[in-house]
Amino acid sequence: MNATKVSGRKQPLFYRLPVISHFRSSVGLQRGMLVTGMVLAAVFLLVAVFAPWIAPYGFAQLSDAAGPFPTQQPPTPAHIWGTTVGGYDVYSRVLWGAQTAAVVIIVAVAMSIFLGVALGLVSGYFGGWLDRVFVVIADAIYAFPSLLLAIVMSIVISHGQSSFWGGIVACSISISVVFVPQYFRVIRAETIRLKAEPYVESAKVVGASSIRIMGRHIFKNATRTLPLIFTLNASEAILTLAGLGFLGFGIEPTSAAEWGYDLNKAIADASSGIWWTGVYPGTAIVLTVLGLTLVGESINDLNDPRLRGRKKAVAGKGGPDSTAGAQTALEAESRVL
Amino acid sequence: MTTLTEAPLNDADGLLPSKKKSSGGGLGTYILVRFFLIIPTIFILVTMVFFLMRVIGDPITAAQGGRLPPEALAQRIHDAGYDRPILVQYLEYVGQVATGNFGTTITDRRPVVEMIITFGTATLELAINALIVALLVGIPLGLISAYKRDKAPDAVLRFFAILCYATPVFFAGLLMKLAFSVWLGWLPVAGRASTRTELAMGSLAAPTGIYWLDALRSGNMAAYGDVAAHSVLPALTLGLLTAGVFLRLVRTNVIGTLGKDYVEAGRSRGVSNYRLVTKHAYKPALIPIITVMGLQIALLLGGAVLTESTFEWKGLGYQLVQYLNARDFVAVQGIVVMLAVIVAVTNFIVDVVAALIDPRVRY
Repeated sequence: MNATKVSGRKQPLFYRLPVISHFRSSVGLQRGMLVTGMVLAAVFLLVAVFAPWIAPYGFAQLSDAAGPFPTQQPPTPAHIWGTTVGGYDVYSRVLWGAQTAAVVIIVAVAMSIFLGVALGLVSGYFGGWLDRVFVVIADAIYAFPSLLLAIVMSIVISHGQSSFWGGIVACSISISVVFVPQYFRVIRAETIRLKAEPYVESAKVVGASSIRIMGRHIFKNATRTLPLIFTLNASEAILTLAGLGFLGFGIEPTSAAEWGYDLNKAIADASSGIWWTGVYPGTAIVLTVLGLTLVGESINDLNDPRLRGRKKAVAGKGGPDSTAGAQTALEAESRVL
Repeated sequence: MTTLTEAPLNDADGLLPSKKKSSGGGLGTYILVRFFLIIPTIFILVTMVFFLMRVIGDPITAAQGGRLPPEALAQRIHDAGYDRPILVQYLEYVGQVATGNFGTTITDRRPVVEMIITFGTATLELAINALIVALLVGIPLGLISAYKRDKAPDAVLRFFAILCYATPVFFAGLLMKLAFSVWLGWLPVAGRASTRTELAMGSLAAPTGIYWLDALRSGNMAAYGDVAAHSVLPALTLGLLTAGVFLRLVRTNVIGTLGKDYVEAGRSRGVSNYRLVTKHAYKPALIPIITVMGLQIALLLGGAVLTESTFEWKGLGYQLVQYLNARDFVAVQGIVVMLAVIVAVTNFIVDVVAALIDPRVRY
């Protein structure tokens, strides 16, 4: 990603896309991690999109032509992953759960990016008392246990539980409250750094408006680390959603399938040795988060010259701005840590 | 990088009082300035939580609405002062919090502070156990990972670290329950101790609420074993979540220090790779770990809520969920504010410790 800026001659757009360029500069183990992550993430997305066609039953379906579903039944040909205490088909709910998770990630991360980037640009560019107020608030939120904040928000928004879209929006807002400060910090730091660059100065001299400078000159250069934060946040969003669902502040089971809720019900099952209600949705969470984290982790390593694999020198790498990128990347990583 | 190292960073943007800059940053001044930075943090959180909780309505309607006749409800709202303007209530609440009074819970009518102390000890015990597990697992594995960088053990360990992060604590808890309690039958399924042990410890003169202390004091080895057996799975579950973080952190930092000139110099003098990792690169790499440990407190407390619910560990997190379900927002508000205070104060302590160890942080 950085290579193209330094080497002067532009490569085709396709090769400059975040994940693609990372793939091209990766070697050995890192390439393996990136590919594994991409495959897992792709499977997750495919299941999310095609859940209505793949799943044998609906997520809230309790009976079919052959009569009502049995409850707590071990895996059988009719219900390949068994049924829950409420009589839901575990396999179908796991597949539908991917859809819920994907929608929540997209809504939550889109909201946080929009708000966080806008606030970060304004705060970093103008500075002054507004900046101080934003920073103090962001720091306060940042230091707070994110799950607690999400719980409080979900109670405020939906009084606990609600319909599919109501629940999705409530969960997404609860999650984005946690994420906005992260985007805000990264973008603000980059904006402050870029504000002093000669090309911003010259844009000012030429008479460009503040909005134009922020939107064209700073925004494009300040968003280099966003793909990284996006993947890391996407995985955190899944965990937060599942955590909310597990504690009973998520989406109602009749409105959507949600892995966290299913695991909540499965805890009681586990004590009596019923494993299939918990193991499948839990594994789904782990694999999804694993995939997204592997992608994020690889991007992070590839952005950081200290961590990038050293087996093969890549021409044009390690330009002047890669250390700054690494710094922000590390900053972003330490949050997830 | 963290809110902790953020303080000196902020200074570059002119956020701290200018007197700090001119004084050249003595340790005393640093600690003082850092201490006063806690107050706005806590204040903002108290304000946020208060207004968020009031968006829903007054706490009494939330908890008892539908259960009491309208007149009785109105009477109770009036008695508690919830019919006054919101700003008056807010100022009163801030004043109360400042003097350490968090009000009385609505559902079981206990002073919030007393309730927090009762259940806080259980959470403290869980957090300490988990932290021990995390350090014992995370630091050695992180060193191995850095030592064997880019080789097979490193790959396995890094994967393990990501897996620790990717597994929600309640799923890890569920798997451990299945494996160790149900199938192997080695460890109890849930709770902090069996009823008999709790009775034995309840007869102590002044129970601390920290079970392994109480069990030791009771001098009853069976009770001690019982408490230990109950704490293994929750500690492992919560500890592994944080262990993955420590592993990655140690690895990244040790690799970073291994590239430093003085390490190269040591290598050129023939110091063995093992010694370089364990002696030369290890200690400087510990500083960021201490800093991040402060941030981990937030993660640990969040994880504790989930772990406690999974194992019916009757601490603050478990109780928080109970009060949330009962819509007792006075109690919820108290617990949330209390946790915010704990996080802010821990961050402060960690900052001071970091400044004591590493003079660079102060300047």
